Amino acid sequence: MNDAIKIPAKPRLTTSAMIASLATEGQRTKPAPFGHALAELAETRRDIVGMTADLGKYTDLHIFAKAHPERYFQMGMAEQLLIMAAAGMAKEGFMPFATTYAVFAARRAYDFLCLAVAEENLNVKVVCALPGLTTGYGPSHQATDDLAIFRAMPNLTIVDPCDALDIEQAVPAIAAHNGPVYMRLLRGNVPLVLDEYNYKFELGKAKLLRDGGDALIISSGFMTMRALETADILRADSVDVGVLHVPTIKPLDEETIIREASRNGRMVIVAENHSVIGGLGEAVASLLMRSGVRPAAFHQIALPDAFLDAGALPTLHDRYGISAEMMSTRVKSWL
Amino acid sequence: MTLETLEMPLSERAYRIRKNALQMGEVQGQGYVGQALGVADVLSVAYFHALNFRPEDPKWEQRDRFLLSIGHYAIALYAVLIEAGVIPQEELETYGSDDSRLPMSGMATYTPGMEITGGSLGHGLGIAVGMCLGLKQKGSQSFVYNLLSDGELNEGSTWEAALSASHWGLNNLIALVDVNDQQADGASSSVLGVEPLVDKWAAFGWHVQRVNGNDLSALVAAFDTARALTDARPRMIICDTLMGKGVPFLETREKNHFIRVDPEEWQLALRELYKGEAA
Repeated sequence: MNDAIKIPAKPRLTTSAMIASLATEGQRTKPAPFGHALAELAETRRDIVGMTADLGKYTDLHIFAKAHPERYFQMGMAEQLLIMAAAGMAKEGFMPFATTYAVFAARRAYDFLCLAVAEENLNVKVVCALPGLTTGYGPSHQATDDLAIFRAMPNLTIVDPCDALDIEQAVPAIAAHNGPVYMRLLRGNVPLVLDEYNYKFELGKAKLLRDGGDALIISSGFMTMRALETADILRADSVDVGVLHVPTIKPLDEETIIREASRNGRMVIVAENHSVIGGLGEAVASLLMRSGVRPAAFHQIALPDAFLDAGALPTLHDRYGISAEMMSTRVKSWL
Repeated sequence: MTLETLEMPLSERAYRIRKNALQMGEVQGQGYVGQALGVADVLSVAYFHALNFRPEDPKWEQRDRFLLSIGHYAIALYAVLIEAGVIPQEELETYGSDDSRLPMSGMATYTPGMEITGGSLGHGLGIAVGMCLGLKQKGSQSFVYNLLSDGELNEGSTWEAALSASHWGLNNLIALVDVNDQQADGASSSVLGVEPLVDKWAAFGWHVQRVNGNDLSALVAAFDTARALTDARPRMIICDTLMGKGVPFLETREKNHFIRVDPEEWQLALRELYKGEAA
């Protein structure tokens, strides 16, 4: 009798875990590229100190802490203090790399980064995990507004790297720059894609990763990885998509963006892991309008102007249109 | 410091700091003059008794750092920086004017001897924590002083810094709070009570002293104690001061957070100050 009752196998639930990997199955990754790059750079740069607000393990700074314990400062769950103390350290001649989550730096510590650090142009590097939609934890942890918040801050350089290679090359580059930097961080096992594109990070420079006659995707952060996947998907349909990676949001590489957006009158699409308001898309749109560049069409792939759902990252990336599948469908619909 | 400056009594210094502040106030017809008069004794002891600095070289690496997180009190710090010779006396009359190095709120990027930009309250103590950590990292013997106000203690960031300073055992940090019970919307005690201050700071792990901030010898003793302590605690000196101190009609003025003084009153104030000094 019991044989007749079939207990259905429980469907595997997706997860809204805070730290979800961006890597797809089988994708090449590198562990903690920021932590390793900083620890290595600190071998020669004796002025580097690492500071965090109770998120050393979650911003890959624990790699640095292990290598250079005497230069690691745990400031506790106090982001205002983190930024103030980093300012004080910089005033004494050190170069602090201060880490927390992007939401806390942007929303909670804004005044301190603005007046204690940026106004004096102090040499503080703020490196923040969970940028945009990289966690399923909901609005408390999703920094979908950090670029909009920080773009208006004078003196602040803003970097949004794509992958492990971008991050490890960005670390010495932002250290070589004298002034405050905000860098969005992908942590943990970070995908590695740009090594196939003869790519080198240069602060303030956009890089054309692939050319294409039908459309140009201008992107930053991990959305460049998505743009490259989209270009691959569309190539099968004989659609030729170029990808211009813009890892430095501010100052913007205006010359390269104008040059590429002016070519062939092709459609321009800006793709970013950020709210549709106030990020790379609006920066590029404003630049093109000011410069008299009129592409065939202009579209934004970005997160909506809304507090986003909690949930599993792949689900949310599909829901908000920033997965490669959703992107390629939308790009095709615009052609 | 020269022998001559060392020999001038602290009371004379305090008088000259007050005079500088009143003269700057007269330039603009307004300002945080009440605070400057109230805190002049604290600044006199800080700059002419406690601090190690070189007026001709405000960035001298071995200096003690003095952080004014209450940027509103800039007029008070300018007054002492002029008296100390860090800022030339003739710049006094540029106070608050276009292109002056002495803007109405204190900014590090403008003024020699101004260590931080302090207009947004609650920044000083946290920056002091970072500087103290940096100085220890360098093996420096310098102290970091931070002058706060009782109103500033409303800011939560100050308490993050207070926690951190004792956590790290920052015995090179000496904080001062000017308690005058006045802030923008009225008496500090009515806006957001901060007492009991001694208990609060002690509970945060600080060595605490509370003194009459207009009593020079009490201040000297407190600064000496704070510097001489050997334990690994940050030091706090709570200074109770009287707004407008030294000018009786300003001491008793009801609305004295941001003073507007009639043009003829500035000279009267200076005369009263002089009278008090001579008495």
